[in-house]
Amino acid sequence: MTTVVSRRRRVVEITGKWVVFALFVAAWQVATELAEAPYFPTPVTIGRTMVDLWLSGPAAHLFLTDAVGTQIVPSLLRLLGGWAAAGAIGIVVGLILGRSGKAYDYVSPTISFLRSIPPPALLPVFLVLFHIGTEMQLATIIFGVIWPVLLNTIDGAHTLDETVVETTRSMRLSRTRFLATVVFPAALPKIFAGLRVSLSLALILMVISELVGSTNGIGYQMILAQRNFAIAEMWAGIVLLGILGYVLNVLLLAVQNQVIGWHIRSKSLTGR
Amino acid sequence: MSRLLRNIIGTVGVLALCELVGRSGLVNPNQLPPPSVIGARLVELFNDYEFSLDVVSTVLSWAIALGIAVLIAVPLGVLFGSVPLVGSAASAIVEFLRPIPSVAMIPLALVALGGAAETKIWLAVFGAVWPILFNTVHAVSDIDPVQINTAKAFNLTRRQMLTAVKLPSIAPFVLTGIRVSGSIALILVVSTEVLAGGSSASATILERGGLGGFITDAGTGGARMDLAIAGTFVAGLIGFVINIVFVAVQRRWVNWSDGDRAR
Repeated sequence: MTTVVSRRRRVVEITGKWVVFALFVAAWQVATELAEAPYFPTPVTIGRTMVDLWLSGPAAHLFLTDAVGTQIVPSLLRLLGGWAAAGAIGIVVGLILGRSGKAYDYVSPTISFLRSIPPPALLPVFLVLFHIGTEMQLATIIFGVIWPVLLNTIDGAHTLDETVVETTRSMRLSRTRFLATVVFPAALPKIFAGLRVSLSLALILMVISELVGSTNGIGYQMILAQRNFAIAEMWAGIVLLGILGYVLNVLLLAVQNQVIGWHIRSKSLTGR
Repeated sequence: MSRLLRNIIGTVGVLALCELVGRSGLVNPNQLPPPSVIGARLVELFNDYEFSLDVVSTVLSWAIALGIAVLIAVPLGVLFGSVPLVGSAASAIVEFLRPIPSVAMIPLALVALGGAAETKIWLAVFGAVWPILFNTVHAVSDIDPVQINTAKAFNLTRRQMLTAVKLPSIAPFVLTGIRVSGSIALILVVSTEVLAGGSSASATILERGGLGGFITDAGTGGARMDLAIAGTFVAGLIGFVINIVFVAVQRRWVNWSDGDRAR
């Protein structure tokens, strides 16, 4: 009974949100039409440009244009590849450092300095070291997004319940198995929080690395549009990146609910 | 062995390793100079008047942007958090605007506003507003109702309620938001500088190329990697100091809560 009510409330909430958003877009349409500012095309113009750019292909390709394959797909691959690599490195190193106080002490000043560097400041350096292209972009993304995962994993692994540690010690698990089967699951809630921050950061770094040095990708397309003063195309890129950010976040939240639903449920049971 | 000693040994070890790799011929020393060379450049840069102007330009733009973001986001956040109807309407719009990576605006902003000082500041404001707004709304709606009711029982005026109950209670979370926004604003200022590139000496302090412009000129323009990496090091130093200051402020003035709950 309660679930039906709460589900209905959720539906109302979600529809309400989209209605508000639709009203906002409508207001923007009216405002931009009245203002006729050259740098602010109407939402309809932006939408039409987006369709022209990406959705006007042949039916056999699900209406996707070639630009989807040459611009959006490479961007997405770099974004997800860099994020996944940074996530894997961050989790493994974080688990080890989180359980070894001494090792952490040795590297903590280096870590806190490196993560303080605003990643775009490294772009000119990476451009020379790796040359223009995927290599340089992956380096930028990995270097920029590894810190939230690493630090959250260290934190999660470090604040493990002592009873759990003692119990597993009595089971004589090997170190690797202890990290993989006990520490890793316990640190998952914190790891997911880190992964979420990293994902939105990865999107930022993907764009900026493509703006600076690339031969394809969404950012490269936006730089071309900038050179041609194609304002509507630049807005199309902005909106596309917004949609990407939104969808990626929703997908990650869904995965998170699947994987650590137990944690969220146990938290709501204890009333926290 | 104390923690501090391990910190120092570790840091020295990392630097020595980099030095060794840099001198061993494994990497091209022109592309990746060893720390000793970069250290020498750093000393030179600290005495370089032009360079210090660039650093001031970056830090000042950052501070102005963060200040504007706080002035926009905190009052809005208190409003959204206190009036549920406005709050849920606004949160719908915010939820759709927030995922837009603010760097995506850089090409457009550079065309529309040019390489002027406002460009990097407004972009940084756009990026920095969200974490503060988010944390403020969350904190206001999270105030213990017992506190509010107690204050009501004492007949506090609206203004007293705001300054004596609401603001102290949300301050730790707002500060956490400002800390997150601080690093985002720095990323945006430097990004815009890197993309705009170059520095004209005649420009006013805010219109200079800044640290990002310096690094771009040194790295891609002049292929002076020692200068570029030294500049990057300074950028890291700025981020490091900013973080330390925020942690100190949090410990000193809002020490009644660590403010991490709202994240």
